[in-house]
Amino acid sequence: MTTPDAPASTSARKGWPLWEVFIRARRGLSHQHVGSLHAPDAAMALRNARDVYTRRGEGVSIWIVPSAAITASSPDEKDPFFDPAMDKAYRHPTFYDVPEGVSHL
Amino acid sequence: MTSSPSAQSVDQTALTTYVLGLGDDALILAQRLGEWITRAPQIEEDIALGNIALDLLGQARTLLSYAGELEGAGRGEDDLAFLRDEREFRNLQLVEIENGDFAVTMARQLIFSAYQFELYKALLTSADTTLSALAAKAVKEVDYHRDHATQWVLRLGDGTAESHDRMQAALNQVWPYVEEIFEGSDTTATLAGIAADPTALRPAWSDYVENVIAEATLTMPTPKWRSRGGRTGYHSENLGHLLPDMQNLHRSHPGATW
Repeated sequence: MTTPDAPASTSARKGWPLWEVFIRARRGLSHQHVGSLHAPDAAMALRNARDVYTRRGEGVSIWIVPSAAITASSPDEKDPFFDPAMDKAYRHPTFYDVPEGVSHL
Repeated sequence: MTSSPSAQSVDQTALTTYVLGLGDDALILAQRLGEWITRAPQIEEDIALGNIALDLLGQARTLLSYAGELEGAGRGEDDLAFLRDEREFRNLQLVEIENGDFAVTMARQLIFSAYQFELYKALLTSADTTLSALAAKAVKEVDYHRDHATQWVLRLGDGTAESHDRMQAALNQVWPYVEEIFEGSDTTATLAGIAADPTALRPAWSDYVENVIAEATLTMPTPKWRSRGGRTGYHSENLGHLLPDMQNLHRSHPGATW
């Protein structure tokens, strides 16, 4: 197969690595993370995602990412990462007057 | 042979038999695949096999309802599925064989879905509008079934030494049921333009399946015997064990719904 295998270090259950699944519900929207699954390689992960996450017409496009490829922020870094944004109300767009009759702002 | 004058000289009896055969293939294989639920190697595969089984069950419902209508004896899909006995089933013997290990199920699935894909492609141009409409919907479903089985045969065949040996053993076990699929009959001969001639489906089927087997580093089996008779109601003992499982609920509680 030409599709890449997940890195060997990926957490495995019965030897199958974990994959994160992103689905785009329709054209114009972005892909959203919907969950994860196990699969032996990327091509099978894509098919498993189709079976597990799009059975009820949820999507038009699927992305698969090896879970091991995701770099996540750590709970220990929560304060320096996120607290400084809490008291900066001027970053919110609440100081503009929205003209009457503008419905899609 | 009777033929209804209202039906543009189509042989209704032959058409009923033909539709029943296709419906029984889908129904019996759906039942077999359903047996994997809670037993598949992974929950992801459990869902995949369940989806495929439900696609087949949907096709079976359309075909059996239509067969009942053609027969004109007031039998509906449930009567045909749950109240017929072994000798009245018209399915290929391939679909009734036991699941075996996962490799056997995938070997059977590759053979059957590659056949069904060619079948529905041919039925797209059938003069019978019920069959052509079903084919238009089902050919997309079966395209996926075929891909799913292909992916597994490739991985098991070209995997470890053990998976290779077991995949090869599975192909050898299932191959005696291949000849029967592509056998023409009086029924299909009578229905030119309506039914798909099974013999004509074989070249495209062979191309596809032989490619998969070669790419999976497996060898084409050379069986020493072949099955026959499913389309005329002759079955292996496997069907006798499958039917009580499938029919018991309906026979114990006629018309049960939930």
